[in-house]
Order: sequence, then C-alpha cells, then structure tokens
Amino acid sequence: METRPYTLTIFTENQIGLLNRISNILTRRKINIDSLTTSASELEGIYRFTIIIQTDEPQVHKLIKQFERQVEVIKAYAYIDEEVISQEIALYKLALPSRETSMDIERIIRDHNARIVCVEPNFIVIEKSGYESETEQLLEALRPFQVLSFARSGRVAISRSPQKIRAFLSDIQTQPYPYVVI
Amino acid sequence: MNEWTHVEPTIETPSAVEEAYTSPFPKDTISGGVALVRALIEEGVDTLFGYPGGAIMPVYDVLYDYQEQLKHYLARHEQGLIHAAQGYARMKRQAGVCLATSGPGATNLITGLADAYIDSTPLVCITGQVFKHLLGTDAFQEADIIGITTPVTKWNYQITEAEEIPRIVAKAFYIAQNGRPGPVLLDITKNAQIEMMDWYYQPCHKVRSYQPKPPLDPQALDQAVALIKEAKRPMIFVGQGVLLSEAQDELRQFVEKTGIPVASTLLGLSAFPVDHPLYVGYLGMHGNFSTNLKTAESDLVIAIGMRFDDRVTGRVDGFLPQAKVIHIEIDPSEVNKIIPAEVALVNDAKMALQGLLEKVPASEHNSWIRSFDAFKLMEEQRVIQKDMAPSTPKIKMAEAVKMLSDMTVGEAIVVTDVGQHQMVASRYYGFRKWNSNITSGGLGTMGFALPAAIGAKIASPERPVVAIIGDAGYQMTMQELGMIMQYHIPVKIVVLNNSFLGMVRQWQELFFDRRYSSTEMENPDFVKMGEAFGIQSRRVEKREELTEAIQEMLQSPQAYFLEVVVEKENNVFPMVPSGEAVSNMRLE
Repeated sequence: METRPYTLTIFTENQIGLLNRISNILTRRKINIDSLTTSASELEGIYRFTIIIQTDEPQVHKLIKQFERQVEVIKAYAYIDEEVISQEIALYKLALPSRETSMDIERIIRDHNARIVCVEPNFIVIEKSGYESETEQLLEALRPFQVLSFARSGRVAISRSPQKIRAFLSDIQTQPYPYVVI
Repeated sequence: MNEWTHVEPTIETPSAVEEAYTSPFPKDTISGGVALVRALIEEGVDTLFGYPGGAIMPVYDVLYDYQEQLKHYLARHEQGLIHAAQGYARMKRQAGVCLATSGPGATNLITGLADAYIDSTPLVCITGQVFKHLLGTDAFQEADIIGITTPVTKWNYQITEAEEIPRIVAKAFYIAQNGRPGPVLLDITKNAQIEMMDWYYQPCHKVRSYQPKPPLDPQALDQAVALIKEAKRPMIFVGQGVLLSEAQDELRQFVEKTGIPVASTLLGLSAFPVDHPLYVGYLGMHGNFSTNLKTAESDLVIAIGMRFDDRVTGRVDGFLPQAKVIHIEIDPSEVNKIIPAEVALVNDAKMALQGLLEKVPASEHNSWIRSFDAFKLMEEQRVIQKDMAPSTPKIKMAEAVKMLSDMTVGEAIVVTDVGQHQMVASRYYGFRKWNSNITSGGLGTMGFALPAAIGAKIASPERPVVAIIGDAGYQMTMQELGMIMQYHIPVKIVVLNNSFLGMVRQWQELFFDRRYSSTEMENPDFVKMGEAFGIQSRRVEKREELTEAIQEMLQSPQAYFLEVVVEKENNVFPMVPSGEAVSNMRLE
C-alpha cells in the first residue's frame, strides 16, 4: 500500500497526559511522528494537535478512530497535502557577516522573503516562514555563510475545506451542561 | 460514505437542567481519604479488592471506620486483587474497585488492566502515590503509574489535591461503565489523601468530549433490514457486547423471529443458550467444525458486539469470502478495523437489536441450518466421540468438563484461565444460563482464573462458581488460596493437571517437530497445598472416581479443590492452525 504524508488535526480537551495517549497510538503501530505541534484552537479550552505522519490510506482511517476513541479527544481529521494550507517557521543563526558577504546575504534574504530578527555583536538570526521545502532551500542558500544553528518549528496547518468541527465545537461549547466535568 | 467524518459524534441537547443532587453525607470539612471513601459509597460500591501499603495508608485508615459499608477483600498479590475485581465486575455488570499502593503495588496491577482493557471490563483502580512535592524525584516506591498505564486504560488521572477527589471519582465511574466499558485508574498523591476539603458530591452524567451511547441511525437500520430480508444463508456472531448491554432477551427474540442460526465467540458464550435449536456452535481456532466452516458459505453475517479477533477470523483474506457484514458495535474504532462492514450500527447491542426487531420480518432458514449437519457429524465422530470415550486409561480433559457440565446442568458460573483447559471448557461446558462464562479472552492471561473465580463468587454468592484451570496457570496466582481461606469463599477449583504447559506443548508437537522446549512441569502436591490453606482437597486419577469426586465437590458447602490428573499429551481439536484460513480447520 502506497504511503504519503498526512496532516492529522486532533481537537481535544486540555488534559495532562493526552499527548502521551495520542503519541502511543502512533508508536504502538511503529509510525514515526515527522512533526507535532500543539496549541490552543479558536475555541476557548479546546486544544489542537497537528501531527505529520507518513502512512497509507486504510491505516489513516483506523488511526482517526483510535484517536477519537480516547475519552478526551473531541474530533480528529486527516488531510493529504493538497487539502491543507500549511506553514512552518525556521530560524537561522549566522556568524556576523563580513563586509564582503553582507551584500550576498541581504540578497538571499530578500529573494527568499525572509527577514532578520536580531543582530548581535557576533551573530545574526534570520527568520523565514513557509513550506518545508522553502525553509530548506533557504538553508541551502545560507550554507556557504557559516550557519551556526538552524531550528524549524513543526507544521501548523489549516484545512482548505470548511471544517464541520467549528460548528460542532461551538455547539458543545455553548450548551448548558450544568454538571459537566471537564 | 466519507470515512473520516461518518463517526461525527452528536451531542444530545439536555431536555432540562438536571436536578441538583443532594448527597446523603453532611457538608462538613473532611480529609481527602474520607472524601474518597464517601465518593465510592455514593457510586454504590460496597466491595473493594485491595492491598495496603505506604502511599495508600491514609485511605486504609479511613476504611477502618467504614467496614460496615465497604467490605474489603485483602488479596495476596495485586495481580490477584485486580483479577478478582474483574471476575466481580463481569458478574455484577458494574465496575469492580481496586485499591493498591504506589510503585510495585501499582505496577502489579498492569496485567489485570491490560486484560480488562482488551476484554472491556469496567474497573476503577485507585493507587496511592508519593506526596505531590516528591513527584519525579525517584522517591521511595514512586513509579510513573499514569505513564505506565496509559496504553492499558480507557482513562487515567492523577489527583494531587483533595478537593478534586469527588468530581474525579464520579467521572471515573462514568467513563468505566458507559459506552464500551473499560478500566480506569486514579492515582492519588498522599497529600491529597490527608489534606482537608469541604465535602460535595455530584454524580457525573456527561463528559462533553465523550459520546458513549450513540443514537440509532435510521438509515443504517433500514439498510440492515434490507440485507437481512435478502439473505439466504445468514449467520449471527454473538460477542460479549450482548452480555455487556444485557441484550439476551432481545437477541433471543430476534433470533427466533428471523430464524437465523447463532454462533458464539469465546467471550459471547452464555449470551445465548447452547441447547437452543438455533444455536450452531462456537467460533474460532478451537471452536466447532461446522460453525467455522459454514462461515465460508454464509452470505450475511450479523456480528453483534464482537471485534473479529484473529482467533476468530484466522487468515483475514480467507474469512467470509461470500458474506456481507452487518456490524453492531458500540465502539466506532472496531468498525472496519479487521473486517469491512457493509452496514455498521454503532450502538450498543440492546439498542440495535430492539431497532432491528421491530423492522425485520419473520422468516426461517431451516434448510440452511440443516446443511450444518454433515460437518457436525464429522466433528462428532472424529473428535467428540474420541474425547468422550477414550481408549486410554487416563482421563481426558473433555470428559471431566462434560461431566461437570452435566452435573451442574449447565448452570454454573465457569471461570477459566488460558490454554487447553480453556478451549476444552468452552467447547464442552453447555452454558444454559445467561452470564456464566468468565475467561481471559483477548489478553490470554495465565493466572486469571483463580482470583477471577473468587471475585465472581463474591458477586454471585447464590450461584455455583467453578474455576477450571490448568496446572501451570494455577501456579501463577495460587497464593490467592489465602483469600479463599481468610474470607471463606465457597469457590470450587478444578485443576486439570497434565504436568505440561499443554497448549504450548500441543503447538510444539504440531508445528515444532515435538521439541518440547521448557514445557514439562514438575508439580507440587496440590492436595497438600489446598489442605495447607484449610480447603478440602482431593486428587482423582481414575475415571471411575470422577463422578463421585465431582459430586462431593458440588455438594460441599465450602470451598473445594479437585485435582484431575489427565492425559499428558492430549491435543485440542478441531484446530485452525495459526495464520491459516478458517477453511483449513483440522479435525486431527
């Protein structure tokens, strides 16, 4: 079965240990996590996990149900690359450019739509957000100029299709549950 | 149907604001330990299985004052107490409650948690934990029990403040007992047991992220009815879901109305009476020959509360070559996991069967059922007769089980362990009474039966409880004879002793060229052992003595231990070799 990258979006309660439950579902099946980010969602108290994995279609259907089987998971979705708009942010630490190289570096920054976020006596830090391929291209371009450090965030993603989850979340958020235990 | 969205949970709108609950306990200031005990009483708990230790001592101190309301059974090992709680839960159809200390006390629960998780048994396990300020310091008897138990619990939570206790206990019981049941673990730091709080209690009726009882989908119901109307050779597969949702009456009515033959999984046994004319046998690796083989001819399988375990399906691509599947299953993650379903009713079995019962027309499938007879006869002649009338002087496991079945008229609660004796008991015990079969199915836990039988007897004191165990599994939790002794639990123990790890030996014989690597056992004197615990004990080696010995055991008002020395190298047949298609089932 052909594998491809999937972006999983999982909406959950904010509960200690839930990350462990979610990652266990993947590690138990020997699926590597290529990237994982977690953040608040647009709804108060509801968290969003964005996980990138490489798997096949039948497996991803089963995984979604395994995530949703967890008591504190509200809803999970899987998307192929064409179904999401995704970005990541990368930071590049470079030794302070010399007179000769600074022009080149400035040109590269311009060409890649990046920006300098800080200049210190010994180094500068450049920031670039975009697709993984774009942040990697910039890294390659900067390599001749002594990259001291490189860090990349995981992917953050938003689906192109209108998500049912929004209505669903608003719905459960506003319902009067006097004795709900969160 | 879009796979990714078809399990969209729906949240019911509460029709009215729920009535405020008033606790019978006063609104006073109490310790976390008292709050825990009160919360258990609020949840209707009257029986605990436990083992004290440093980190849970404040709770045990409180229990000293509540001995009237909460009967505590002290096991001899935490594995024993959790299996006892499982046996109890499966008889009572409510959560079994376990109490253990931190560190090793808690880690000894793991096997039971894994067993309960895979076999959908509701448990609420409470473990003590070191003080909050010591968490993560490798303190004495500290183990990361939340981390360790995450893969084997339906839910777990660490309580570090006294005032969390009532609402978390309420949530724990709600989660353990609703939807597909399962084990829940609460880890309570010692400071939370000691600190004071103002008492409150509110039962939990809802967890917003969890939809345990999805409503019937009328469209799916209509599709299912249409398939049932069309089917020429339908079969029903009954799983434990029928027992868990107490759908035995609905099942029987549905079966009798539609005339569809019923086969049972291992955990489905005792959900449908085996002497019913529409019962066609037991599915799986060592199930009935006709039952397994006829699945290949079936054109419609109605799978009720079962999960297509590999011991049922054999090689998946050779399973159900002709059948469409209607899968009635409360856990959406089980649907399309192993066998694709034409129609899924993601409901509890009772609700789905009620829905179907109203809509299906009466029908009969007599010629289809009669077509099972040829294979039945083959099994009768080539397996059963050999098992029942052996030419050898040694007793066979099957004879002993059949005799026990006849002498209890199929009405005992039978608790089995794992291995040959378990398969023989499942084949030859004629379950006639609802909810009478307790075994470790999914996990296959040796050592399960003895403590589980103790729990079952505590839950059902009015019914006879017989544990059937192999000599090897018996020795894994034999220390729980101490529980039987201390609390005078009149459980009957039958050890079928072949001085071997029988099922492993059978596989060695059949698939490893008879190389009996580490499977032969030199056993202690089990009779003396039983007697050392004050239990009337007897060994039987001769066929002539068997009836009388079983009689004596069943008539005894106390606990009784019966060792039946059986044929050493006796194989369980029929058998689907591991990894092969069900159609390759062997008779010998």
